[in-house]
Order: sequence, then structure tokens, then C-alpha cells
Amino acid sequence: MESLTLSDVEQKYYSELFLSCDVDNAKKVASNGKVLDLFRSAQLSTEVVHQITELCGATRLGHFGRSQFYIALKLIALAQSGLPLRVESLNSVRDLPLPRFVMGKNDQESRHAVMYADTENQGPYSGVIPRPPARVQGKKVSAHEMIQPCVPTVDPQPDTTSPVVSPHQSPPTSPHAWRKHKRQASGGNVERQASVPGVVWPPFREAQPAPVTGDGMWSAHSPPPVQESWVSFTDTPPSSTLPMHPSSAQPESTTVRTTNENQRQGSGYDDPWKITDEQRQYYINQFKTIQADLTGLIPGSAAKEFFTKSKLPILELSHIWELSDFDKDGALTLDEFCAAFHLVVARKNGYDLPEKLPESLMPKLIDLDDSAGVPEPAPEVGFSASPVEDTPNKSPSMPSLNQTWPELNQNNEDTAIVHPVPIRMTPSKIHMQEMELKRTGSDHTHPTSPLMVKPPELPDETKLAATIKYPSATVGDGYSSSDSFSSDQEPISSAVNRQRSQSGASPEGLKVVAPPPPPPRPNASHSRSSSLDMNRTFAAVPAGSQQAGVVAFPPAVPPRPLPTQTSMPHGHRSVEGDALPAHTSTSPQLMPEQPNFADFSQFQAFAVDPPADDGEKSDSGQAERCAEGAEMMRTVKNEVHPEERTAATVNSAKVSTPLAPPPKPVRRRLKSEDELRPDTEDLPQKSNVIATVLATQPSIPRSIGKDKKAIQASIRRNKETNTVLARLNSELQQQLKDLLEERISLEVQLEQLRPFSHL
Amino acid sequence: MAVCIAVIAKENYPLYIRSVPTQGELKFHYTVHTSLDVVEEKISGVGKALADQRELYLGLLYPTEDYKVYGYVTNSKVKFVIVVDSSNTSLRDNEIRSMFRKLHNSFTDVMCNPFYNPGDQIQSKAFDSIVSAMMVQAC
Repeated sequence: MESLTLSDVEQKYYSELFLSCDVDNAKKVASNGKVLDLFRSAQLSTEVVHQITELCGATRLGHFGRSQFYIALKLIALAQSGLPLRVESLNSVRDLPLPRFVMGKNDQESRHAVMYADTENQGPYSGVIPRPPARVQGKKVSAHEMIQPCVPTVDPQPDTTSPVVSPHQSPPTSPHAWRKHKRQASGGNVERQASVPGVVWPPFREAQPAPVTGDGMWSAHSPPPVQESWVSFTDTPPSSTLPMHPSSAQPESTTVRTTNENQRQGSGYDDPWKITDEQRQYYINQFKTIQADLTGLIPGSAAKEFFTKSKLPILELSHIWELSDFDKDGALTLDEFCAAFHLVVARKNGYDLPEKLPESLMPKLIDLDDSAGVPEPAPEVGFSASPVEDTPNKSPSMPSLNQTWPELNQNNEDTAIVHPVPIRMTPSKIHMQEMELKRTGSDHTHPTSPLMVKPPELPDETKLAATIKYPSATVGDGYSSSDSFSSDQEPISSAVNRQRSQSGASPEGLKVVAPPPPPPRPNASHSRSSSLDMNRTFAAVPAGSQQAGVVAFPPAVPPRPLPTQTSMPHGHRSVEGDALPAHTSTSPQLMPEQPNFADFSQFQAFAVDPPADDGEKSDSGQAERCAEGAEMMRTVKNEVHPEERTAATVNSAKVSTPLAPPPKPVRRRLKSEDELRPDTEDLPQKSNVIATVLATQPSIPRSIGKDKKAIQASIRRNKETNTVLARLNSELQQQLKDLLEERISLEVQLEQLRPFSHL
Repeated sequence: MAVCIAVIAKENYPLYIRSVPTQGELKFHYTVHTSLDVVEEKISGVGKALADQRELYLGLLYPTEDYKVYGYVTNSKVKFVIVVDSSNTSLRDNEIRSMFRKLHNSFTDVMCNPFYNPGDQIQSKAFDSIVSAMMVQAC
């Protein structure tokens, strides 16, 4: 290797650069990647870079030793000044300006170079990338004195430009390439940030032993400040425990930096919100102290205590929480925790909190990587990731994560094709209201989400129903019904049955429903056939697990938790409260096959004379079937009373809870009457649901088939009645709605005509 | 496009009031205060002893010559009141409902924040931004 003579300035500059590239702290070899990055940032063409690499002997050696590195730097300086690259020129050219590297650190270095060669062109650097703001304040005191005599002319320029950059701006992408360098140098960089190159200069001298002083030009990003902030934040021994950067872990520089906390205002060139690996590791360790499981959640109260230790004002902590609790669940995942911690650290170092979460802090499944960050995919990943992780954890919807719901829905849709359970993709008013009540989220897709979670439970029954395939997106009713029974294993079969039977009636029943799903299954129109299928199925699988529940009716308590048709729209409520009750509604129809055929008479009577249900139903209170009978009545009543709505179903659900005992049906009936009245929900849907359920339920052969034929006949009749009633109900409900609106408008007019009289 | 949005706690003291023409705030405060009576009347009128029977959206509480007042109450008796300009006739019921829904959602977000003590004034910026988005823009 040719001997290389460097001036003192050059020597220092080069050594600092070398240190910055010296990732492995080998003090001998500069990492190739970093070196190449550095060279590229010198704004030389790649061929020149290759040439330089070759010339300095690195290609020969295969790595950049210190001497090679120095030679390369000198060659870069040569190239940048337009001189031909020749080895001889290394020593011959005097007064060569220091190599200039662009971007982030280059800006600083260039200034540094300027400072060094202040006799030379300072002008070119005036237009250098503006420094990060607020750096100016943070000058090291010691450096400051030394700075003054240095190139003052360059100062104003960076100062004026520095305010341009703010931590809130998304940093130019180019700095990303420098992140690696930055990271290494950040320890030393922190002090450097001062726009005055002179600031850099003295630190270089004094910080020779300190890390990467040369690279200090780079705008130190927030992580370095973290050290100081950590000192106070964690109340633990100073940053000595914090692994910032290998080069920056120096107690002396730490203390110095402590005084410069406020300097660290956002690196203008790099994303100030990037979390370095060391930081991330620290955050993860802290997370572990609160919650050992890295995939678990930190509850809000624990997080509150933890962050209160940072002594930030509660208002700011509250804002940080809002930013970092991405899924709004009141708990912090690891990613959210890191983001919150990072924001706290940044805040403690003087950074202002952003209005919205920076991309680099968004929770993501993949680890934050300093490599030329690709923040864009992160948000999406975060989106898809967090809902996936959180779905099982909590039911409340995450409004911000709505994007994922459709895909969940679709996934379920696919599987739902096998399910008999229809899945509703569009929200219905009922579901929306249910969602509202449960605070499941304001977006349309949300209503489906909890339900989407449920369908997976259905696969079991699906096997049963596999023989009978129904299009998944049939009826909202089915959707709600899946809702109600999904949480219950036993009723599932009945729910399935109901689905199937529903299919027959659903087409007719759903005509009036506002957002009805597409027409249902293939054999929808033939409830009979479906029932026959059911019969076959049930006969064929008498021992099915879910079947067992159904078949076991005769011996078991009759009021089996069957999904209630009426409870379907209110599925949530019924599901949450009582899966059992929900099912009872269907039980009436399902039950018929059960030993108590007496109920059928009621059904028939009921079917014949809908308005007179109450009378009939009241008679039904004998034996367990009465429960179902009551359900039937209730559902019928729902049809008759347009006002009945979700409330009704909920009521029925609640009412149906004590299904088993026969007397309850009577009670239920009365209750349901009362409860049903005030309801003003989507009657049409409910009525349709009711109709369909009523119609279909009887088609399910329960018992061994003693009176199957009679049952089926009655079922058919009931179904027909149901559909008729459903239509009637929907029409009535529509009329009711119109009337109500008219009434409201009239009332408003009246009040307007009589102002203040009612106040 | 509301003219005034208010969040009132269970004990009927305001957690958050924001109105657009900031000079007429007192008038809106008074309006919201009087609307509380109507809210109370509506929620006590249900009387079925079944809380979830009650609709959260109370609808038009009362119209005055200048504006209309809509109410919404949560299951924890926190009340949201929206005052809209009467001249803004294009505002449909559904829109009001969606405004309340958004309010409710962001309110729950505020509640989820462990640093927020229930009963404090709501100082969340996110909540503010949502409210501002709903306020009349042309003021």
C-alpha cells in the first residue's frame, strides 16, 4: 500500500469517519456495507467508487482496513475536486479539500470539511441541507468556547435553515441510508448537531477517544437523547446500562450529553422517530419487567404507573397514550409499548409530540428495522397484524383497524360456503345498533367482525350440515342466527337446522328487508326438500355430537338452547347473555318432533289464527314443549307487533333462559308480550327471520320420527303461515315507520308553530 | 354540521363543551343545560326497567327558532348533546345518528386511556379533532 501522508485535519477527519464505519469496533476494519454507503453518499458515480475501492486496495484485501479506508477517502476527495484518480496523486496533491459526503451526515461532514479547509470554498456548503432544528441550542459548553473562533461564517446558514426541519416532518428518504452510520455515530453526533461546524470541531478534538466524533455531524436522532432521558426516566443508574451505540457508550460522553439533552431535537435528515435496535432492545427489556410475555398486553393501569415515573405531565402522557394505543383496547402490546416509550423519551428530550403516530412507530409484526426503512408496509402490516392478534383478545372493535375486517369476512366467506351459516357482509340496522350498544365500532364492517369470529366455531356443525350446502351469504337472519348460536355448541345443530329450514322461507321472507343478502341456497324454495334432507341427515347421523344434543331432546330437557330466530337480530345480546335462550326460540319448531307433540296443535292453531296466538299459546303450557311453544308465540307475536325488535328478541332470549321448566313458557309469553311492544327496531327483518325460522324449524326431525309425517305436515303448514305472516309483518312495519316519521314531522311543525311554549 | 357539541357526565356536569361561534358560547351553554331536562324526561320515561330497551339515540330533543337540539345517552348515563342550526335543513336523522356514533366511539377511546380519570374534563386532542370535524366549518 502506498504510503499516505495526511494532514492533521485529514487525519482526524478520516479517523472519525473510520470509526463511524467501524461497526464491529474492530478498530481495524471498516465494515464494507457502511463504507460503501459512505462512498456512495460522496455523490460519486459508482464506477468511480469502484475505482477508488480498487485503488485503495480494498478489493485486493477484501475489506477496508484503516489504511485502505484512508486512501479511499483521499481518493474521494480527489474525485470530488475533479482530479483524476491516481495513486501518485495521493501524496502529491496538497491542500486537497476533505472528501464531502452528502446527506445527513454528509452535510455535517461537509461543513466540517468546510471548517477544516475554511480557506477554501465555504460557499458551496451554504446550500447544504438544513440542519435539524434546535440543534443550535445544544452546543456543548466546552465546545462552544472553542467554536467561536472557528468558522463563524458558516453558522448563520445552518441556523437559518435549521428551523425548516422539524421532527414532525417526515424525513427525506435519503437519510435512511445513513441510518446505520447515524446509529453508530449518534452517540457522538449528539453534540455535533450544532449548526456551527465549529461546534463539531472542538468536540472532535476532545472527543477523540469518544465515539465517532467525526460522524457527529450527523443529526443525532432521538435515540441518543434517550440515554439521558433514560437516566431520569427510569430512576435507574445512568445510561451506562443502556446500550446506545457501541461507540457512544461512554460515561464521559454520556454525562456531557446529559447536558445537551435539548439538543437532540429531531434529526432533520433521518426519521426522528425511528427506533434503533438498541433502543428497541431496551424497550423490550422494560416491557418484560411489566409483562413477562412478550406477546401479551400491558394493562392500562400498569402502563400508567410506568409512564408516570417519567414525570411527564398527565396531559402529555394522555396524548402519548392516545397515539400509541393503536387498537384502542386500553392495553399496550409490545409494539405499542415501544412506540409509547419512544414518544416519552422523545418528549423528555424536548421533541414535540406529533399529532398522529409516526409511521415508524406504528405497531407492526415485523421488528422495526433501521435498514433504509420501509415504513409504508409497516402500517399495513400493523393493521393486519394487530387485529389478528387482538381479535381473540377482545371483542370491541378497533375502528382504526377496520381494514382487516373485510378480509376476515372474506376468509370466513370462503369457509362459510361450506358452513350452512350464512354470513352477512353488509351490516343491517339491527346489527349496527347492536354494535353500537356493544361499542363494537362505528364502521360498517365491524358488525360483522365479532360474528366473523364466531363462524369458525361453526365448522363442527358444518360437518353435519355439509350435506346440505347453502350459500353463505343468504340472509341477514342467518347471520344473526349464526351469531346467536355460534357460541353454543349444542344449539349449533339446531341452528344449522334452522338455517336450512330458513332457506326455504328466507327468499320470500326477505323480500322486504332493506339490506337483505343475496338469495339463499339452491334448494331454498323447497323447504320441504330441505326438511327431507334434514330428515335424512338427522336419521343418518343420530349419534352426531351436535346431533346428540338434538336427538337427546326427548330424554333431555326440552327447552334446548336453540338459536332463536327472534334473537338473531339481537344475536349479540342473546349470545352474550344467553346462548341458551337464544336457541329456545328455535326450539319451538325443532321441538315439535320431540315427544311432546301436543305442542303441534298449538302451532297449528297458531298458524291458523295468528292474531289469536296468545290464546292458543297459553294453552300450550304443558310439558317441556311449552317452552318452545312460547317461543313460537313470541315470535309470532313479534310479527304481529311491528314494534317488536331487538328488544323483543333480547327479551325472548332472556325470557327463554329458564326454558326448561314448563311453567316458564307461560311466563315468557307474558313477558315477551310486554317487552315486545316497546320495541321499534327493524321489524321487517325480524319478522322475516321469525317467519323463516318458524317455517323451517318444524322441518327438522327431532325425535326418532314417531310422528314424523304429522310433524312434517304441520311444519309445512306452519311454514306457509309463517311466510304469509312475515310478509304481512314487514308491510305493517313499513307502514308503521312511515307513520312514525310523519308523526315526528308533524310534531316538529307543531312545536315550531308554538315556539317556547314547551320549553 | 353541528353548532355546538357537549358531553355531559352522569351527574349532569359538563365534561366537554365546544361551540363554533365562540362568542355565543354562553347561549349554547344555557341551551345545553336546558336540554338536560328533556333528556332526563326521555330516559326516565321508558320505565320498562330494562335498560337496554332504551334507545341510545334520543332524537330531537326540542327545536327552537334558531336551532335544533339532539340528544344521545350512553348506558352509563353520559349524555351527548348536539345543537345544530335550524337553517341546516339538509341534516338528516341518519347523519345525526352517525355523528353521535362517532362521538361515542371517540368518547370510549378517551375512556380507555388510563391517564384519563373519569369525571375530568376531556382534554384529548383526538377527541377534539373529531369534534372539530363535526362542527360547522363555515363560521
